[in-house]
Formats: sequence, structure tokens, C-alpha cells
Amino acid sequence: MTTTPERSVPKPVFTDAEAGAKEFPDSNARRFNYYTPAKRKQTHYEDVTVEVQPDPRHYLAQGWLYGFADGRGGYPLEWTALKAWGSDRPVPERGPGSGGKGYEWPAHGWHEFRDPNEEWELSFYRYNANVERQVNQNIDSARQQKAFEQWNPNWVRFVESHVGAWMHVNHGLGLYLFANANRRGPTNMHNTAMAVNSMHRIRSAQDLALYNLTLSEEITGFDGGAHLVAWNSDPCWQGVREVAEGLTGIDDWCEAIFAANIVFEPLVGELFRSQLVQQAAPRNGDFVTPTVMGAEEFDYAERDLAYSVALFDLLTKDREFADHNKALMNGWLSNWTPRCIAAARKLQPLWSQPDAKPPRFEDGLDRAKSRFAAILADLGLDIPKELTQ
Amino acid sequence: MSRQSVAKAHQKIQELSWEPLYHEPVAQYGTDYTFKKAQKKDPLKQVLRSYFPMQEEKDHRVYGAADGAIRGNMFRQVQERWLEWQKLFLSIIPLPEISAARAMPLLFRNVPNPELHNGQAIQMIDEVRHSTIQQNLKRLYMNNYIDPAGFNNSLRNFQNDYCGSIGRQFAEGFITGDAITAASIYLTIVAETAFTNTLFVAMPAEAAANGDYLLPTVFHSVQSDESRHISNGYATLLMALADEGNHQLLERDLRYAWWNNHRVVDAAIGTFIEYGTKDRRPDRESYAEMWRRWIYDDYYRSYLVPLEKYGLVIPHDLIEESWNQIWNKGYVHEVAQFFATGWLANYWRIDPMTDKDFEWFEGKYPGWYNKYGKWWENYNRLSTPNGHHPIVFEDVDYVYPHRCWTCMVPCLVREDMVMDEVDGQVRTYCHEACRWTDAVAFRPEYEGRSTPNMGKLIGKREWETLYHGWNWADVVQDMGYVRDDGKTLVAQPHLNLDPKKMWTLDHLRRCPPLQSPNVLLNEMSPAERQAFHADYVKQGPAGRPAPKD
Repeated sequence: MTTTPERSVPKPVFTDAEAGAKEFPDSNARRFNYYTPAKRKQTHYEDVTVEVQPDPRHYLAQGWLYGFADGRGGYPLEWTALKAWGSDRPVPERGPGSGGKGYEWPAHGWHEFRDPNEEWELSFYRYNANVERQVNQNIDSARQQKAFEQWNPNWVRFVESHVGAWMHVNHGLGLYLFANANRRGPTNMHNTAMAVNSMHRIRSAQDLALYNLTLSEEITGFDGGAHLVAWNSDPCWQGVREVAEGLTGIDDWCEAIFAANIVFEPLVGELFRSQLVQQAAPRNGDFVTPTVMGAEEFDYAERDLAYSVALFDLLTKDREFADHNKALMNGWLSNWTPRCIAAARKLQPLWSQPDAKPPRFEDGLDRAKSRFAAILADLGLDIPKELTQ
Repeated sequence: MSRQSVAKAHQKIQELSWEPLYHEPVAQYGTDYTFKKAQKKDPLKQVLRSYFPMQEEKDHRVYGAADGAIRGNMFRQVQERWLEWQKLFLSIIPLPEISAARAMPLLFRNVPNPELHNGQAIQMIDEVRHSTIQQNLKRLYMNNYIDPAGFNNSLRNFQNDYCGSIGRQFAEGFITGDAITAASIYLTIVAETAFTNTLFVAMPAEAAANGDYLLPTVFHSVQSDESRHISNGYATLLMALADEGNHQLLERDLRYAWWNNHRVVDAAIGTFIEYGTKDRRPDRESYAEMWRRWIYDDYYRSYLVPLEKYGLVIPHDLIEESWNQIWNKGYVHEVAQFFATGWLANYWRIDPMTDKDFEWFEGKYPGWYNKYGKWWENYNRLSTPNGHHPIVFEDVDYVYPHRCWTCMVPCLVREDMVMDEVDGQVRTYCHEACRWTDAVAFRPEYEGRSTPNMGKLIGKREWETLYHGWNWADVVQDMGYVRDDGKTLVAQPHLNLDPKKMWTLDHLRRCPPLQSPNVLLNEMSPAERQAFHADYVKQGPAGRPAPKD
């Protein structure tokens, strides 16, 4: 008789190591106790983001351990000219016998920022996977219904060149402004929000590129390379391109986010998407493009603008540096507002290209300016003189 | 759109990139590498259209398992010994993950390959995923495991504890200094390609053997993203190799990155796997066996060695020396013994090894008992307070070690300790390779070549310095490692949760003050220092004093 040798596997063991099995000091201390929540109760979002990125001003006893060639490590507050209360307090000097303590948490006002979208991986992937599914379904449905056949020829030219050109804005800002900024912010909450923003833009860029690819396959004569010509040489786009490139050249991470999300997006992004493409498409037989563009519009209007306003609102109302910050932001406004309005005006010829015209450019620009002014008013910032010209 | 092939879609998204006409993107990070002859290829071929649903599906599985674990009362079967070490591991790992996200922008301006930037952006958001999913796992442990102390104060603990500082290199090394050294060689070529195998594959297997199937669920999900990151690193490495002027820097950086990863990761993960487990089946793989398989065979022989033909100078000597440290010099055992010696400065509980543990160690590492057995018996004897001090103050044939200035793990293989005066300070190093890292590699000139972008070692690198002359009760209170009764320590050298058996601040108050080895070393005369060094290298194994002549 043969016997089967017993397999070597770990055996389950009853350990009774579950919560509540015993009473002892700390047995009921089941919340992260190293930070103060923004509201009464700690949120799931706060638990998974707050304090992951350390700060030598409070708990980081031995300081940063690796530095750049100039000796600076970590996330210097000086990477933006804006300041939150406590920014001028020096990093506590620690040495022989000093102990490890820094200032009481949060040590300075930067740590008070919370992303109102409460983005972390679970919410982020759910949201973006849903967007991708919906965009794909809309396009598939349109293809099955032969919806692209209803487009008039001028609209086909418009989409291949100008809707296509916008993908480059998304890609450039997504990578070289927003993703770049995720290395610059002083807390994990800032950097996570900016990383999420960057992926919105990169996703939107790819959505437009792959939509363009579908149209190349579905519409006879659709020129899948026309967007490159528009972006590289169409005079209408060179203003937008000049500003977009300028935005990626900003060193100060707060200025970059401010110029992109507070100035450029309302004056140029929403103007192009909401006041032109979304308005013109249905009149030209296209119900698909607005669903692709609309996903991006929602990203900005409902999420990326929201965190940006929360970020800058905290700084314009800062208990120590409100005036300092407002003066800087007003300076940024006086630099970027005219450049963005000039870029917007260069887009004006696009309004006359579709057969069925959208509402007038000037009306659209007025709405964009009103929206922009309302954002500035919420932040307590000056309305730049260019808005009234 | 959904019917398009991945290759076609990937080709299309290459049209997105553009060369600046009016303004250059900001250049904030420097490198001494050049990429003049580089070929430009993106091996990743990932588009977000498929990426997001894939990641969402992976999340469904992870969070479904988390719900199942709670409903199925997983914590009734979890080994406390294992979960206690997770208090250290899960306090460390979310920062390296998020630092990897932060590292990606270092590459944008320095690696002139727009195709690769797409892969780097996806890696960035992968790393955000890893960091928050791991924080979430820790939160779940805190809420459901019997002893939340150490989880509940996790990120404060991590930031002010010496173990946290050791682990922090595995994060700060990604984001500072020369952009290619940091974000490519240290992060993707060595940390991710070599050492995530032990972190995210070997360790989860051990977790499962200890009744914890959530850690494997989370970390295998994480590891499934790592293969993409490895592709990013490989593509950058091939680009760097195309310029012969980079070869000298690659040799330097591989030596530094390899040795530092070995010192840090093998110290931590080796300890978790060998000393944090209750699975003592004789045929259970040891850390040394895992290392040989995952790192020596899979990484060194299969990945690194084939790159020699492209001109990569591989640090064969350091790879063999790492194995020598693990197999012949007991590196992991020395580290685990040190963690246990200094249990009172920690924020987790370390229980004594038992006869069953001894038997397993002896089987896997012949001669283990003669070196370490007696000390662990003493650890067991001194684990509950009974009129004596914690083991570090008792006479158990153990000399408290000096700390390595570079890797910050103490100089535990005593014979290898090197002493040098660097930047006007006398420093101790655990090995010549660590001295070289500080004194030679992290400098603005390397072998006569200007390296202005190379980073610097900064910070208060010896933890004991901060508390030189302090009473231990004040040290632990300053760090915040005290439970909610205001006196019982978070750390304990046993797993007994009976408050009468637990160490308190009162016990520490009676102990001798903490002394910084480095402060004392610098107070010595040169002759005293030479004598100290001569004695130190004769100490060990297992921290034993030097034999009397």
C-alpha cells in the first residue's frame, strides 16, 4: 500500500489577534493621531494622503538625508514665492542633545490644504475608467449609427484640424506643467492633486488623438495629420501655442498652476471647448465630439478648477501672508491675462469656419471673461484692466 | 475606438508630442549624463484608454479581498509577530512609492525622448496608486488588528525614528541629486528591477504563511505595475549606454545604487522574512535562498550580465560581496539582533525567538545557534520587566554598534568597519563601499571628471546624536512612542498585552543615559580613536566584545 506524503504547506493557526480581543493601553486608539483633520472627523482621503510626505518643520527629526548639488533636499518652500503662515519660521536646528521635536503639527499653513475632490487611487481610477468607458461607448454608438455621415464637409475639416489641435495643448500642459509640478509642492495633498490634474490632461489628449484615429477610419477623406499642420503653422493656433509653451516654462509651481487653471483655462480652454466646439458641433450634425470634449470640460470645471481655487483661496486669506500672496497673484494676472486674451483673439477666425455658425466670438469671449472675473472675485483678486478693454 | 489595436493606438499617440517653437519647458533638474546618440523607443506601449479600466479592475479585486478578510475574520488567524513588523514596513513604504511619482519629472527634460515621457507619466500615477493603497492597507490593519499602537502614530514614528531614516533613503535617493542617478539608476534600474522582487513578491508569500492574505493581495497588485516601470528604466539605460561618455557615470551609479539597496532593503526585508515569521517548516525558503533566486539569478545573471556587451560595467565584486554578507557574515541576523537590542527606541513589538525558531535557523544557516542562540535566550529572559533593565543595558556580551554614516544601518559586521575623516568629521562606515559612496561618489568631482549635478549626503545622519545625554524615558516621550495611558511604551520585547507585563516610562527612567557613539568618537584623541577602531574590528559576530589578548 502506498501513502501520499503530506504536502508542506503553512497551517492555519487560531491566534485571536483581532480588534477587541483584549483591553490594554491603546487597544481602542484606532485613528491616525499625527494630524488634525480639516473638519470634525478624519476622512478616508486624509488618512491615505496626509503626512506621507514628511516635513522637517515638524516630525522629520534627522532632516532630509539626500540633497541636490546645492545641498537642498526634499521640498523647499521657496520653490514658490507664495507663502502660507509659518513659512518664514526656520527649520528647527537639531544637533547633539537637541531632541527631535519640531513645531507642533501642522507647523505651517501649507498643511491645511485639502483637495475638495478628495482624490486618491480608488476615486481616481473609478472616475477615469468611467470616463473612458463612456467616451468609448459614445463613439462606438455613433459609428454603429453611421452618425459621422451626417457631418457636413466643412465640419469634418474643422474637427480634423482644430479639435485635433487641442490635443497638443492637453499633452504639453499635462506632462510639462502639471506632472512636473507634482515634484514641487510642499505637501502630499498638493502633489497628489496636481498629479491627478496631469492625468486628466494626458487622458484628454489621448482621447482626442484616438478619436481622431477613429475618424480617419470612419470618414473618407478625413486627414488624420491635419491637427499637426494646424498646431505647427496655422496662425490661429500660434497664440495658444505660444502661451502654452510659456506656461511650461514657469519655474514657480504655484504660478504655473495659477496661470494654467485660473487664467488660461477660463479664457482660452473653456472659450474654445464650451463657447466654440460644444456650440457649433450639434448645429453641424455632430453629437459625438461634444461628448469627448465634454469629459475634459467636466474634469476642469468640476474638479481641477475646484482644487486650484481651494489651493489659492487658502493663500489669499492666509492669516500672515494674504497681502503678500494677493500682490504676487495680481502680478501674475497682469502678465498672463493679456497673453491669454491675445491668444484667445487669435482663435477668432475659427468661429467663422463651420457652415452652421456658433454664437458670436465676442459673445463667447464675454462669457469667458465673466467666468474668469467671478473666479477672481471669489479669490479676492483684482480684475485685470484687460478684461474691460 | 475600442477595436483599434494597441500598437496602432500607441503609434497614434506619438503624434501628441511637439518640439517647442517659442519657449522651452523649465529645466529644474540637472544631470551629468548626455543623450546625444540615443535611440528613441518606448517599450511600454500603454494607452490610458486601456490603462484606467485595467487598474480599476485590479482595484476591484484588492478591495473585494479586503472586505472578505474582514468578513472572514482574517485577524483571528494572523500571527502577531508578523503584523508587528508591518508597523515598521508600512510606515516606510508609502513614502518611497510617492517619491517614485515625484521622481518622474526629473527625467522629462533630461531624457530627450517624448515617447518615454508617456510611460513616465503612467509610472507617476501608478506610484500614487501604490502609496495610497498601502496607506489604506495600514489603516485597515489599524482598525482590525488587536494592537493598533504603532499603526496609529505611523507617519510621525517613521519620521523621527532611526529605522525610518534608514528606509527613507529608499525614497530620497529617487528625487534628489543627478536626475539620471536618482530617478533612473537608483530607482528603476536597481530598486525596482532588482529589489522589488524581494519586497513585493517574496515578502507577500511570507505574509500569507502567517495568516495575512491582504498584504499579498495589495502588493501583488502593486508588483503587476512594476514590470512597466522596469521597461521605463531599461529603455533609459539603453539610451544612456549609447553615449560612451556616460559609461564612467553608469559604473559609479550602479556601484552606489546596488550597494545602498543591498544595505537598506536586505536589512529590512531580510529581517521581516526571517524574524517576522512563525512559519518554520524546514523546507520553507530562507531569505538567503530567495535572494539567490530573485536577485542573484533573476536580476544579476539574467538582466545585468547581458548588458555587459553594450559596455555596462557591472559591479560583480559588490554583488558577490553582498551575497558574502548575507551568507557568510550573517548580515540579516546581525540586523535583526540590533533591532531587538534597541527595541525600546522602536514602535512595534519584537518577541523572542523560540526553540522552534532556533531549530529552523540552525537548519538553514548552519552555525547560527553558536553565534546568536545565547543572545536570543538572554533576550527571552529579559523580555518582561522584573527588576532589570532592557537588554541593551544588561551584560549579554553585546557591544552597542556605531552607525554607518552613509547607509545609517549600524556597522554590524564589525570586521568591515571603516573609519575616515570626511568633511571635517570623523565618521564610521559599515563597509568600504559605504565610505566610497560618501567620500568619493557623492562629490562634485569623480575620478578627475567634473560632476556638478551629483547630489549630497545631508541631514543629521546619526540618530543618537539628537539624544546625546538624554534619559531614555525622555527620548521615548519626545518621539511620541507612548500609549494612551501616558506611560506604557508602544514597543515591547514580547507579545504579551497584559499591562502588568508591559514596559513603561518608569522602567526607562532608571536606565543609563543615551550616548551618541559618533559624538564620543569625535571627542577622542587620534590615538584613542585608533585604539577604538582596532578593538571594534575584532568584535563580533553577534556583537560580542573583542576577545581579550
